[in-house]
Parts: sequence; structure tokens; C-alpha cells
Amino acid sequence: MENYLEVRWHGRAQQGIVTAAKMLGEACLMAGKFVQAFPEFGPERMGAPVRAYNRVSDEPVRLHSQVQNPRYVLIADPTLISVVPVTEGTPDNAVFIVNTAKTPAEMRTELGIKGGGAKVYTIDASKISLETIGRAMPNTPLLGALTKVTGIIGLTALIENFKENYAKKFAQKVIEGNVAAMNRGASEVKGE
Amino acid sequence: MATNTAMKKQTGLTGNSAIAIAMKQINPDVCPAYPITPSTAIIEDFSSYVADGDVDTELITVESEHSAMSACIGAAAAGARVMTATSSQGLALMWEMLYIASGMRLPIVITNVNRALSAPINIHCDHSDSMGARDAGWVQLYSETVQEAYDNLIMAVRIAENEKVLLPVMVCLDGFITSHAIENITLLDKAEVQSFIGEYKPERSLLDIDHPSTFGAMTLQDAYMTFKHQQSEAMTRAKDVVSSVSAEFAKKFGRNYGLIDAYRLEDAEIAIVILNSAAGTTKVVVDELRKQGKKAGMLRLRLFRPLPHKEIADALKNCKAVAVLDRADSMNDFGGPLFNEVRSALYDGETRPKVISRIYGLGGRDYKIKDATDVFDELSAAVKTGKTDTLTKYITL
Repeated sequence: MENYLEVRWHGRAQQGIVTAAKMLGEACLMAGKFVQAFPEFGPERMGAPVRAYNRVSDEPVRLHSQVQNPRYVLIADPTLISVVPVTEGTPDNAVFIVNTAKTPAEMRTELGIKGGGAKVYTIDASKISLETIGRAMPNTPLLGALTKVTGIIGLTALIENFKENYAKKFAQKVIEGNVAAMNRGASEVKGE
Repeated sequence: MATNTAMKKQTGLTGNSAIAIAMKQINPDVCPAYPITPSTAIIEDFSSYVADGDVDTELITVESEHSAMSACIGAAAAGARVMTATSSQGLALMWEMLYIASGMRLPIVITNVNRALSAPINIHCDHSDSMGARDAGWVQLYSETVQEAYDNLIMAVRIAENEKVLLPVMVCLDGFITSHAIENITLLDKAEVQSFIGEYKPERSLLDIDHPSTFGAMTLQDAYMTFKHQQSEAMTRAKDVVSSVSAEFAKKFGRNYGLIDAYRLEDAEIAIVILNSAAGTTKVVVDELRKQGKKAGMLRLRLFRPLPHKEIADALKNCKAVAVLDRADSMNDFGGPLFNEVRSALYDGETRPKVISRIYGLGGRDYKIKDATDVFDELSAAVKTGKTDTLTKYITL
């Protein structure tokens, strides 16, 4: 089958996961990859569970179905774990990154992951975003954590792309806050 | 020039953003708009371009899609280059005006971001909306990717305005799957787009007061049918114009599009016929089956109106079993609209494959690798036994 890296993002509407998937896709594209970044909307209301996906490849991406078997799963809101099947379809070597103050061992239990092949990482992305951006927006700390624990994209490439693409959209203060959030996400993510 | 374009840096855009950029580069005179999910972002982006002075377009915010198409018709009859975008109920509400646009031979270009029709209400992708307009006299182009949607829209202007055609053109792309997905795309420069589409000089227009002419006049038994005959012949001619415009686009910009996209069909025994984004997923499955030694292929129609029936028949003539996958149901107990036309196109062939109808993906239901694989398995069994299970069936249920 085609050789893709596949990512699934779980969050609630307004937590910025669609933007996170977009930023990841754009950064990978700038690094020379073929990408997809797409949301899966359900009911369009604040707080509703939302998914977003990435595919990253060295070849043009032809597949247009939803991501079924993501190796990388990012969970922006741990209260979704009991509501949405966040581990569904994941392979034995899956990587989970969860926004929580809890330890990876605690999250492993909550996620119900048995096999030793899968890895669980945690990052208190809500706290970081409150301190850097001034509101709970866990997407950019999660992206920072992703650069640390996966080889999908480097932290520098992520930040450079973000600055370039969003300089016109956001105030300088917002850009700086998000860059700080990405840096802290990368340095504060915890593994088992 | 082709080398230059190939060397250009790619960017990542959603289908909606790419369509809005194409509209910015085309710089139409008038854009009447009433946004609707999932095509909303097209008008959202484009209205920013208008507000920022990036285009000279007069954006008319109307009170319904019926009014949007009515304003398109009025502006086009006045001699303007006119574009808009819609989806689903929006296209449905335009219905009576769609026929007036084509009957008055007005080269309006619209993007239809495919979405299911109510009821039950649903915002996700299927092709019920544009299939409902298939007899409205509009040229219809379907797009597999963000890149193709962008390219199709630029070509649509040339096709619509060609003096041998003078018909409205609808460019279709899949709601959410393409409209909201970021994919790699290579954009043209505005100057390249402008030089490709050229200036629009209608032969007749309401505002050309030196040559007064009548538009949309009453015609009775003596004239109505003559108008329709001419319209029908224009639609026939549109096929060659789509070919020549696409060939010129390929020569200038290096991206090659045919009327149909025949994928590994040369020696195929089994094939899926499909539209839009699901073709990509089907190609992935075709490659997998080929690795297993199975002679599978895929046919995607880029042009649905006019129907490239000779090309379809030629592409499928060596197949033994074919499944036509419709993302819309005709509710006729006899398969989807694409099925009926493809099957009919094969009727005059010396050898006719078995042809079955499968309805998939309504209201955004996902079409996965397994779904395509199952259809190919069914076709393989039909080749072996010489029999098909059922003529029409819903899949992805």
C-alpha cells in the first residue's frame, strides 16, 4: 500500500485542532513533502467533538478516504477519551500525545493500551497555552510536542513556517506567544 | 514555459481557497453571491479580495441563490464576465434559472461544491445536487483534486465563452473532501491566467446600444424548438472545445487533462467508473490489485456534460465486467445517473461488458480502500461465473 505517515487529531470545536493539522501540513509541504490536512466536522457547534487528519508522503497523496489507521494520535482534550474511540484503528506501534497534567503511565491506563509497542506521551498543553498565549488553546504546544517525539517535522521548520504563514494574520504578540508555546511543548513533553 | 511552471514552488491550499484564488486571477466583472456550506469559504475569501481592491469585481450580495443566478443572468446578458459558487440546496434553488442561463446562451461559470440534498438535512458530500442539474444545459466538469478544481475553473471561462459553445459551465468538486482539505497545488501567475482566458468580448449584449438585440424573448411553436436545437448542437460542439482548451492549457502550463481519465485500462478486465475525489482512492486499489496480478482499471469522467460517450465506450471496450459507482441515486429502481449513461454508451459496442450499478458515499459516507476492493472482488467473480449478483445495490452502508 502507499507509504504515508498518517496523523489523527481529536479535539473539541474551538480548540484549534483543524488549524493544528493545517499548520503541520503546511510545514511538511514547505519541507518538500506531499500532504493532506483535512477536518471531519460533525455538528457545527462549540465544544462538539471534532477530528482532523494529516497524510504526509514523498509521493502525491491520492487516497481521499478518512484516515483509518493513524500511527500518530493527538488528543487535545482528555475528556474525549471516554466519549470518542480515540484508539480505534491504531497500529501496535502507535504514538499517543495527550494534553493532560497526568503522567504517561496514568494516561496509558485511561486509554486502555495494553501492548508495549505503543508509546504514550503527555504534555500539559492547556497550562502552557494559558501562560504563553493567554487562553486555553492546546494546539500549538501539542505541535511542539509532536516535533519532539516523532520524526514528521523538526521544531525549527515548524516555527519558521508558522512565522512565515501567519505573520499577516496575527499580531506579533500572538505569534510570539504561539512560538513560545511550541518551544515549551517540545521541551516539556513527557514519555514513559 | 512548462519547465518554468514545473519549477515553481508548490503551496498548500484547500479546494475552496484555490477556487477563490482562481476567481481573483480571473477577475470577473460581476459576482452575485449567497454563500452556503461547504462552498462558503469561496465567497468569504473572494469578498476579502473585493474589499481589498485585489479585483475589479462588483460583488452583489443577494437574498437567495435564485436571486444569485438571476443576477448572474442579468449581468451576463449585459455583457459581463460572471461567476459565482454554490452547493446543494443553493443549486437546487437556482433550478429554474439554470435553464434560463443556458437557454439564453450566457457563458456564466459557477463552482458547485458537491453536497447532499435534504431531507434528511446533511452538509456533506454527494453528487445529488449537480446530478439534479444534469439536463439543465450546463457543461459540467468534475475535479479529482484541489489542483484540478483550480485548473478546471480557469479552463471553464474559455470553454463557456468560446463562440462555438456560449453555454454556462459548472465546475464540481467534492464538499469537505476537496473543499476543506489542504493539498499540494501549483498556482499560476495572475498574468498567466489573464493571458490564457483573454478579454471577454461578447458578440451581442444588452449594453451594446449600437447593436440593439433582444434576449429571452417569447418564442412559440415556430421558433422555440429551433433555439433548443441550436443549444443542443452547441453542447455537442462543447466536447471538442473542452479538448482543445485542455490541450492548450497542457501546452502552456504542463498539466494534462483529458475528457476522461483512463487509469490502467489498456488491458483491464475489470473496472470501476467513478467521479471526483473517490477516483484517487480507487487508483490506489487498482495499483494494489495489479501487484497481485489482477487486471483492474479505473475510468474517471472529467467531463460529464456533454457526455464523452465515444471515449467511454472506447476506454471500456475490452473490459469483461464494469461497476459504475454513483454518489447519487436516481430513485428509479434502475441504478444511478452515471451508471445509466455509461451503460448506454456501451450498448453499440461489439463486445459488451457486464455493467453493474453501485451507489456509495451518500451524505459524506466514507469510501474506503476496502469498499473499492470489495467491488473489484465482485467484478472478478462476475468474470469467472459470467453472472452478476445484483444489477443495482447500495454499498458503504
